[in-house]
Amino acid sequence: MRHVALTVNGERHELDLEPRALLVYVLRERLGLVGTTVGCDTSACGACTVLVNGEAVKSCTMLGVQADEMEITTIEGLASNGDLHPVQQAFHDHHALQCGFCTPGMVLASVSLIESGEATSENAIRIGLEGNLCRCTGYHNIVKAVQAVAGVS
Amino acid sequence: MIPAGFDYEVADSPAHALELLGSSADAKLLAGGHSLLPAMKLRVARPSLLVDIGRLAESSYVRDAGVQVAIGALTRHKDVRDAPLLREHCPIVSFTAGEIGDPQVRHRGTIGGSIAHGDPASDLPSVMLALDAELVVRGSEGERIVPAREFFTGVFQTAVGAGEMLVEIRVPKLGASTGWSYVKMTRRAQDWATVAVAAIVERSNGSIERAAIALTNMGGTTLRATAAEEAIASGTPIDEAAALIPEGTEPPSDYAASAEFRLHLAEVLGKRALAEALER
Repeated sequence: MRHVALTVNGERHELDLEPRALLVYVLRERLGLVGTTVGCDTSACGACTVLVNGEAVKSCTMLGVQADEMEITTIEGLASNGDLHPVQQAFHDHHALQCGFCTPGMVLASVSLIESGEATSENAIRIGLEGNLCRCTGYHNIVKAVQAVAGVS
Repeated sequence: MIPAGFDYEVADSPAHALELLGSSADAKLLAGGHSLLPAMKLRVARPSLLVDIGRLAESSYVRDAGVQVAIGALTRHKDVRDAPLLREHCPIVSFTAGEIGDPQVRHRGTIGGSIAHGDPASDLPSVMLALDAELVVRGSEGERIVPAREFFTGVFQTAVGAGEMLVEIRVPKLGASTGWSYVKMTRRAQDWATVAVAAIVERSNGSIERAAIALTNMGGTTLRATAAEEAIASGTPIDEAAALIPEGTEPPSDYAASAEFRLHLAEVLGKRALAEALER
């Protein structure tokens, strides 16, 4: 067991973790934050994407102990005071979710892409989201939602 | 998928990392973890100790080193892609770093981890080989410099010995007469290369005088297309020389492509890489 401190959605948690515990399972099973989903578990699908120190990371390919003293944002931490994050609102407005399974990862990958300044065109958004798969194949509206927030046509 | 159990230590300096690495026969270094952790989840890798070097901030840098650019082994793919020094002096490295995986992978994966992993399907080893880069390996006796041609020794095998670590990558600054290209074919957007070709060319009077051509996923390690390089050096037209690119290779057959298709791809992608390098 290793003692770590994770700041998740602004709240500090001190935990004793088995080194092999993957971050996604720490979030889901230790902290009860089940908004982060596990899709492929092989770092291909991006469903488990969270923000680590502000950047999109696949939480199935990171150990919980590697996140010691880092800041993590999950889908539960995006809205503030009951108001959806602009990316969440845009997904709602553009019908950018169907079954919803990929949505938390897709939203967080989009937030990271927009904040990094790389969502500069429709094509850049499509390439920037290549690490996230939507099995409903609902990409078109996802891209439109991200374009709306990034202000690119 | 959960890795088998292991002990975990955090290194606070490269020397400390080497000391921890030497403390267990099957210890492994953990940098970004984007090659090692998937292997551990599949239980293909079962180290008893992981030495986390991911927090060694001093090993993440891109520095001017005279005729070379020096890159710290723990520099993440994203930071390699964005480094102004590389964009100016050795753009094939920054370009290729931006072609690895997807943004999430590039936020964690490191140049040193990718190179030291020695995967014949990964992108950076071919770029290192085409550039004749130098890899700085540190052990308890000090540092040694390994040329890229001697570094990749087999499937997931490199010249980094037990108790050693890759600490720095040195790439040459490319002059105005040097062109470059890295052309990759993948089955899915963020997939490993089915085949890819790295080309560094010396241009003269609008044609290619010399070329260094390295191949990704055409055998057990990244390979130089020696026959094609020699043909180009002796004045053979590019299209004819490109037909020699697959010569001497024994590519794998797997879910992504048959060996036969890979032989075809190496020629076609090689031709495209040479044409692009001539223009850039």
